[in-house]
Amino acid sequence: MGFFDRLKEGLSKTRKGFVEKVESIFSSRPVDEESLEELEETLILSDVGAKSAAEIVKRLGEQAGKGGIREAGSVREFLRQEMVSMLGAAQPLVPFGERPFVILAVGVNGVGKTTTIGKLAGRLRDQGHSVLLAAGDTFRAAAIEQLEIWADRSKAQFVKHQSGSDPSAVVFDAIAAARARGIDVVIIDTAGRLHTKSPLMEELKKVKRVCGKAMHGAPHEILLVVDATNGQNALRQAELFNEAVGITGIALTKLDGTAKGGIVFAIKRELNIPVKLIGVGEGIDDLQDFVPADFVRALFE
Amino acid sequence: MFESISDKLDSIFRKLKGKGLLKPEDVEVALKEIRMALLEADVNFKVVRDFVDRVRVKAVGNEVLESLTPGQQVVKIVNDELCELLGSSASKITLSPNPPTVIMMVGLQGSGKTTTAAKLARFFKKEGRRPLLAAGDLQRPAAIDQLITLGRQIDVPVYSSRDTKDPARVGQEALKKARTDAHDILIIDTAGRLHVDDALMEELRMLRDGVSPREVLFVADAMTGQDAVNIAKQFNDRIGIDGVILTKMDGDARGGAALSIRAITRKPIKFIGVGEKIDMLEPFFPDRIASRILGMGDMLGLIEQAQRSFDQKEAESLQQRILGDSFTFDDLREQLRKVRSMGPIENLLGMIPGMNRAKNLQVDEKEFVRTEAIINSMTRKERTNHNLLNGSRRKRIAQGSGATVADVNRVIKQYVELRKMLKMFKGKKGLKIPKVFPF
Repeated sequence: MGFFDRLKEGLSKTRKGFVEKVESIFSSRPVDEESLEELEETLILSDVGAKSAAEIVKRLGEQAGKGGIREAGSVREFLRQEMVSMLGAAQPLVPFGERPFVILAVGVNGVGKTTTIGKLAGRLRDQGHSVLLAAGDTFRAAAIEQLEIWADRSKAQFVKHQSGSDPSAVVFDAIAAARARGIDVVIIDTAGRLHTKSPLMEELKKVKRVCGKAMHGAPHEILLVVDATNGQNALRQAELFNEAVGITGIALTKLDGTAKGGIVFAIKRELNIPVKLIGVGEGIDDLQDFVPADFVRALFE
Repeated sequence: MFESISDKLDSIFRKLKGKGLLKPEDVEVALKEIRMALLEADVNFKVVRDFVDRVRVKAVGNEVLESLTPGQQVVKIVNDELCELLGSSASKITLSPNPPTVIMMVGLQGSGKTTTAAKLARFFKKEGRRPLLAAGDLQRPAAIDQLITLGRQIDVPVYSSRDTKDPARVGQEALKKARTDAHDILIIDTAGRLHVDDALMEELRMLRDGVSPREVLFVADAMTGQDAVNIAKQFNDRIGIDGVILTKMDGDARGGAALSIRAITRKPIKFIGVGEKIDMLEPFFPDRIASRILGMGDMLGLIEQAQRSFDQKEAESLQQRILGDSFTFDDLREQLRKVRSMGPIENLLGMIPGMNRAKNLQVDEKEFVRTEAIINSMTRKERTNHNLLNGSRRKRIAQGSGATVADVNRVIKQYVELRKMLKMFKGKKGLKIPKVFPF
């Protein structure tokens, strides 16, 4: 199965709900106040957020006022273009220019950091990179063991300390080991933390600083893992993690459920942080590059 | 700083005070704000719509009480309605008349089932019961190890088997073990699964049929968005749930999912998870969540926590000392410790109305530690008489506490100002000294 098919399949629930709804709203009625309100509702139900939804609907209303949009087909086309342009150009995660290329994965508890790292390691190994995983989640029970299993599966190297030890120390050792062994990519797991806990955010800042000490310029990518089932709070997560360590990209997980992941639009709109990866299934191959045009097209086809 | 919904409504209604009846057009303006607040809190769109309709019926023609502003009046109606929807009182886990009581944890990946299972086991253990945990998550790597580690931390045995891939078997074996070892509670952890994954949902149903749980608890992330209704509905329709545990409530999520889940399933929310540590599980009080969803803070929770830390007698004796003009550094230190013992300062601030979504709210807990260290480095005499603190004493205190002389000066200055403020309380008749005065 090709990339596009898999994405389409993963998003099928999203697509079904959303597109059918859009079609049904505009198939029998003109673009008027009532139908626009219904569209706004559909957008809000996708976690797009009340503000973004109002913006999209407003623009559609303006276009309709000019006489450009009349029936369901052109509404769909307008929405597609609008949503693609809101997301901007694709910015895939490419380990390039540095060796080792250091990726730091952060996020709140339970979003799927460790799983995403495992899948990412598998993907990079397939592309021919050597990968080292660093067990920086020293807090949660058995988090180290969980990552170790993923390291085995993806045949990546693995650096760990004991549970409860200082995550910064693990990170330093991991980067030092990767430099000594000539590894291409280091991926650092971190403990899940709520963005409102300032001591834990301080700890994360330290982890980032130590990366820089172990290797000048590291980390090269700071990936915020976001759960697609989360609502408007995901925007707060992005905001506060960004303030603390500076997020360079987002990995959106659990898109294979009925959750729409519409928060992507709000995050891009408010913070201009690109989504780089999406998780559309449980398998090791179900981590995909985020391509806005494909993402939206998969929604509409 | 975010305006709380009641502030917003008050500004809309300011002109209306004492006008008597709430007019439909006034109510409409207010309802628009309420709708927005609920959507921002991630309450499901359809739930919001039904809810706003109900409030409209109640609010129009309602007489504005003299004691309330119209804004407050509408908020009160909304708040009452929310409380009613969320359930009127805290509900408990029902125990089976024939032990063991079997409890099954279900939910999406990453909602916090394993941690919550352990928290629940600890809760029962504290109540003097003998819980057994069962590791039924055979999907996620190292999930069994996680539960075993947590079990060790709270000294609760964990049944696990690495030989099978069938959770139903694990459940039955665990039940057998619970019976032979005379455990009165069996808590079964299960693998996280998407509600649309037919195979895994079927597996969960088989597990349920094998152990006939007294309580199936649906564990949901407080940050869940609009999809909460679909998820909860699927789990309820396919497995049947008896209650909900809302996790990660210690963040700044407004927890609108609570309302959505409750509205769809009509099942009570029984506990909330308020921290990563194993003792951070609290009973659910609908009224508190109602004000949190509306962005009004959790004043009740704050007051209760303050009451827990400050007992009445101590407060009175402190009052005596203040009135006698003898508020010393010892008293200050005592107060600092009390405030800190109420929990992380950020959690406290989060409960204050209007502060819960304050941006960039940073409280340096270290400041408390530093101040206390400075007071600790004073002699007993210095603590009761700050006039003694001359330059060389200040220097000594700075060295003793690892602070700078400037830090010491600042603490002394704060103390002197606090005394002045307290004297003012004394001067005004009938003015009660607040029991809590985080300065």
